[in-house]
Amino acid sequence: MRRVNNPQLNERGELTHLLTLEGLPAEVIRRILDTAIPFVSIAERDVKKVPLLRGKAVFNLFFESSTRTRTTFEIAAKRLSADVINLNIGVSSTSKGETLLDTIDNLVAMNADMFVVRHAQSGAPHLIAQHLSRTGRRHIHVINAGDGRHAHPTQGLLDLFTIRHYKKDFRGLTVAIVGDLLHSRVARSLIHGLTTLGTPEVRAIGPQTLLPTALESLGVRVFHDMASGVRDADVVVMLRLQSERMKGSLLPSAGEFFKHYGLTAEKLALAKPDAIVMHPGPMNRGVEIDSAVADGEHSVILPQVTFGIAVRMAVMSILAGTS
Amino acid sequence: MAPTSGLPDAEATLAALAERMRSAVAIDAKLVGIFSGGAWLADRLAQLLPGDHPIGYIDVSFYRDDYATKGLRAKVETTALPFDIVGARVVLVDDVLYTGRSVRAAINELFDYGRPESIELAVLIDRGGRELPIEATYVGARVAVARDLSIVLNRHPDARLELTVEAAGSAPRE
Repeated sequence: MRRVNNPQLNERGELTHLLTLEGLPAEVIRRILDTAIPFVSIAERDVKKVPLLRGKAVFNLFFESSTRTRTTFEIAAKRLSADVINLNIGVSSTSKGETLLDTIDNLVAMNADMFVVRHAQSGAPHLIAQHLSRTGRRHIHVINAGDGRHAHPTQGLLDLFTIRHYKKDFRGLTVAIVGDLLHSRVARSLIHGLTTLGTPEVRAIGPQTLLPTALESLGVRVFHDMASGVRDADVVVMLRLQSERMKGSLLPSAGEFFKHYGLTAEKLALAKPDAIVMHPGPMNRGVEIDSAVADGEHSVILPQVTFGIAVRMAVMSILAGTS
Repeated sequence: MAPTSGLPDAEATLAALAERMRSAVAIDAKLVGIFSGGAWLADRLAQLLPGDHPIGYIDVSFYRDDYATKGLRAKVETTALPFDIVGARVVLVDDVLYTGRSVRAAINELFDYGRPESIELAVLIDRGGRELPIEATYVGARVAVARDLSIVLNRHPDARLELTVEAAGSAPRE
């Protein structure tokens, strides 16, 4: 679903905001993944810093709490030599009644160069990007760090980077995404990225109540049974089961979920022998994943975190270099 | 000036460069080639010079001073320095020395790996036109070409090197 007028791209087709992987051309995604490779090795040096964003001010605007994502964005920006300002808006301005766009205008008056936005409301980063462009401030870039149930593009990109790192090529791969896809912006972003890069088989596994209805239209095969869904998979992506979902009628109990959909060594044995196991974190051990699997030889959960910083450095340095 | 006819033969120039370096380069010197032309040259020089010189490669994209105006390059290679820079005698290797800006960037990047004992510079072609106070220690050949032209080092599938000139602007000035 490529938009003619993609708000993330400038008139030359260059990435100027990162809002979603949906509709992002494959060459743009590949360039981000390629650029992230040299950034991985920066972390292995004595001086873990390059001067690309020297003098730039990156504002981490978190309207919804997150430790890991905020921290990895902060590390990424600092390794690019930017000045990072962390704002937990939930506990400041909005509670005093300020609107989102008024907050943005105030931060622009403080000479912000880039906004990293997490918001419970789907579309909030998009709204900010539109506002900046409408008011002639195209040099300020927006990165979506997760909006509602909509998208989490940098998580999707780091998942793609991890898969490509271990599996080299998406053509020929079977990727199984397991658990609560209904509430998962991570899954949505990953599915768009996987299909854009030509992954032949993307599977969704979960109970009917936790799978969105339109999955097939995204090119995803739906399974309600873990054994058949995981069979011969090259990649198994476990999603976090959010405990707040337990309260409603969506799920009987965490124990019941683990019995059917939790990833154990026995279930993983049905996948390819060299399958990798991924998880966006934070994990619920014993709910969606067994400890032995989370810490086992197939797990690439911690490399995902390391790669996530490199991918975010790549996104920031591509955006900040685009006028 | 006729575009290609004024350029020396790359292989002969490389041989001349190696000859100049032969008795002067420290026996334990590390060769660090600047992507992509300098990387090919570092590989070749390691074979041509006496001794066993470790090879590293450097991509200066993260240190370039034209990032703010030109953005990040489309393709960035991974800098790989498989030895300790602290206390090392380094010979930076590049294909064409022009403004000196790439070399400035490379020196900055090297220092983020540690404090080398010394850094020398070996270039296949010095075309003049410096914008920074940087000079090469070893030069293969000095060539004058018009400002609107770039000198480009190419590598054929059989590894043979060749120099050509292209209209400047297609690639950033080195």
